[in-house]
Amino acid sequence: MVQRRDDLKESPSQTAGPYVHIGTNPNWVEITGVWQGDLGLVLVGPDTKGERVLIKGRIFDGLGKPLNDALVEIWQADADGLYNSPEERRGRADPNFVGWGRQPTDRDTGEFRFETIKPGRVPYGDGRPMAPHITVYIVARGINIGLHTRLYFGDEAAANAECPVLNRIEHPGRRQTLVAPRGEEAGLPAYTFDVHLQGHHETVFFDV
Amino acid sequence: MSDHRGSFYARDRDWHPPAYTPDYKTSVLRAPKQALLSLDNTISEMTGPVFGHDMLGPRDDDLITNWSKTGDAIGQRIVVHGRVLDENGRGLPGVLLEVWQANAGGRYRHHKETYHAALDPNFGGCGRCITAADGSYRFRTVKPGAYPWPNRVNDWRPAHIHFSVFGHAFAQRLVTQMYFEGDPMIWQCPIVGTIPDKRGVEQLIAALDRRNTTHMDALAYEFDIVLRGRRATLFENRMEGT
Ligand SMILES: [Fe+2]
Repeated sequence: MVQRRDDLKESPSQTAGPYVHIGTNPNWVEITGVWQGDLGLVLVGPDTKGERVLIKGRIFDGLGKPLNDALVEIWQADADGLYNSPEERRGRADPNFVGWGRQPTDRDTGEFRFETIKPGRVPYGDGRPMAPHITVYIVARGINIGLHTRLYFGDEAAANAECPVLNRIEHPGRRQTLVAPRGEEAGLPAYTFDVHLQGHHETVFFDV
Repeated sequence: MSDHRGSFYARDRDWHPPAYTPDYKTSVLRAPKQALLSLDNTISEMTGPVFGHDMLGPRDDDLITNWSKTGDAIGQRIVVHGRVLDENGRGLPGVLLEVWQANAGGRYRHHKETYHAALDPNFGGCGRCITAADGSYRFRTVKPGAYPWPNRVNDWRPAHIHFSVFGHAFAQRLVTQMYFEGDPMIWQCPIVGTIPDKRGVEQLIAALDRRNTTHMDALAYEFDIVLRGRRATLFENRMEGT
């Protein structure tokens, strides 16, 4: 026998279900007036530093149908690569950028969209710089535990090639599932991040 | 003295539901099949947004009145309270809890809802609160009804409240559900059944709390939520020095 430890276990996850937006985006499902505006819709203000970009994409199930009932959250560093969080010890992040966003996928098209800024590089545990990236978290009906992944930028080929996290992915072809190609929309750089839950192009999801 | 600000304990994936659970049919086409990429936390996962108490309205935590049109919501009045802790048993302050639920008849206010139970004109079904310095939280609502759902022909959800939980870091992000002590339908539900261990299910069942009922107002249920704990940085500093 050894000394007993009284550590607790993390509460088990349960699916967010089909009605998640009642709790997270009530105004979007016509439950208006309980609170003013849904959280996380706007990331960028007039004083936010950095290059404005559009992030958009869809989440496809195993038969290629886009999820029209999912919830997508993003979390990212500011333009200088600093997080607006008490855990950030390297400096003070842009006070005009929280770095967190949340959007439902469109009821008809399944598309999610964020207007944000391109983040700076942040270091890996050993100090090497990671390529610019955005953390993406997805919950929905049929997803038992939230899916955690990353968006990388298609126009950062050099940084992506040396990113210690991307290079942890054994099959180089699968690294591309995290790289959003760059296009343009309404005069802004627009990066399309399509997520595939299954199949040949299944997105790399993280256990972090 | 150790400072618990290191990376988070690895998530015990055997304690959580797996992605693929065919008795919960929607998971079949939505479950990733490839292995997850395991990664020690980087700063991208050890940070997260902060939500201040100043963003809350006075009735955000009272689902009985926060959608009222003509009066209080109908149903068994309850207070749900507890603490948000980490795996080391420490109360976590500043945690945003967002809750949503069906009304007392088991009906959601949502365009996709098809159950025949009546809408309550005084019940919206959403609420939120932020934990205090000791990790405690509290909200008031009505006990939700059970409801049928399209899965197998005769599947019903036990009474439950959905929770979305923001800890101090994105690594702690959690969405779960709370069930009610004594409900026999818990053990017949395929969504509950995605949890592999009976003790894990029991961790999501709130206890009836007769000590904290409010006089002539509401029953109480106590529900603690546990988020991932983290290593003491003492150990990590040592490793850096070697
Ligand atoms: Fe539900």
